[in-house]
Amino acid sequence: MSEATLKGENVHLWRGERHVLRGVAFTVSGGECLQLTGPNGAGKTSLLRTVCGMSYPEAGRISWRGADVREDLPSFHAEMAYLGHEPPLKLELTGRENLQYWVGVRRRFAAAELDAVLERVGGRRWADRPVRTLSAGQKRRVALAGLLLMAVPLWLLDEPTTNLDVEGQHLVGALIDEHLAAGGLAMAAVHHPLAVSERGLRRLELGGV
Amino acid sequence: MSELSVVPSSLARPERAPHSAPGAAAVAWMMLERDLKLAFRKASQLVQPLAFFAMVTTLFPLAITPELTRLRHIASGVLWAAALLSSLLALEFLFRDDAQDGTLEQYALSGRALTGLLAAKTAAHWLLTGLPLALMAPLAAVSLGVPAHALPGILASVTLGTVTMSLLGAVGAALTLGVRRAGALLSLLTLPLAIPVLIFGAHATQLAIRGEPYGASLTLLAALAVFGMTLAPLAAAAAVRINLE
Repeated sequence: MSEATLKGENVHLWRGERHVLRGVAFTVSGGECLQLTGPNGAGKTSLLRTVCGMSYPEAGRISWRGADVREDLPSFHAEMAYLGHEPPLKLELTGRENLQYWVGVRRRFAAAELDAVLERVGGRRWADRPVRTLSAGQKRRVALAGLLLMAVPLWLLDEPTTNLDVEGQHLVGALIDEHLAAGGLAMAAVHHPLAVSERGLRRLELGGV
Repeated sequence: MSELSVVPSSLARPERAPHSAPGAAAVAWMMLERDLKLAFRKASQLVQPLAFFAMVTTLFPLAITPELTRLRHIASGVLWAAALLSSLLALEFLFRDDAQDGTLEQYALSGRALTGLLAAKTAAHWLLTGLPLALMAPLAAVSLGVPAHALPGILASVTLGTVTMSLLGAVGAALTLGVRRAGALLSLLTLPLAIPVLIFGAHATQLAIRGEPYGASLTLLAALAVFGMTLAPLAAAAAVRINLE
């Protein structure tokens, strides 16, 4: 398998009458985090969804390990994790059950591993409560635990620090740093700069029109 | 660095993906288990279609006649129309919750075949709404004056009919995911396609009530169910992918 590199070339995306992405290009290699900034409506979420393969760009291509992701979406998806605006959780299930069904579809993991990621996001105490009873920040932490548990090289994060307290924002920064140190890649749409180390951080400014 | 040691070693090497992925059967079972668990934690959605079915079948004796001999003649039509309408009632919820909270999106991005996941979801939906309806149909039939010898036939035909309804509904529900208040549109899409089920189902029931052999209609109902099983999950998966864009 060739080196883990995510590359976008000349990506154009239209949303109805709006030309959202105009020739966006980027390259992210192992150990790098691409921070997407730009005003509301600049197309940060659209770009992430295009990279995921959920939106079809009108022109340009997204490649992973040198091959167009459209050629084999399932194997690309198996190597990436996408976290959207809202944590993808079932309110009726507990945090732990949510992770079991959400990540369990992708890979097998031991209970100890689940405990470890919950511990890492500071959620051991409330992981067995229904998600309905958790605060927005706690839900976000469950989602981050899911991200860790997936253990994939590529993270696509849309506003990963939403609803998190200061300590939680540092947690996101630390998680990304650890991920990069282990050779992982990340692409994150943010409004506030991420608390990550400068080494490996790259920036892409999208202009809103 | 002490914090790092908490994270299991497999996470520290993201390059190692993809890891030991569970098999397709294990994944389907997981979806089934999840949906059953969710359904029992909000039971009202389960009871609604059943209560509706009971209500409709009791309205006819009140509106037409309480005479059992006359009710018996219309029993098959009443049972089947009520069964189709109540399974429609439950279909709206099939994928809607998962689409709203983003879990459907995560399943679409899991690298697993969406077809299998949706087939498992549809199976769970049938177990939760179709099967209870099929079990209730003989009871409703008795209250409409249907003789006891017809009950096995009614049970069998409604069981097969609801399987097809759940499968047809899965396609309709997937197509209307992006629509607000999809209920009416879903009925318009699904009911015309359900007409063969209604015809063969009501025919089998009628024959069973008269004490005649109803095997042929039952076989056709089973054929419809198998046809649905092969194609509906594929169509539903394609429709879900379109709606996620």
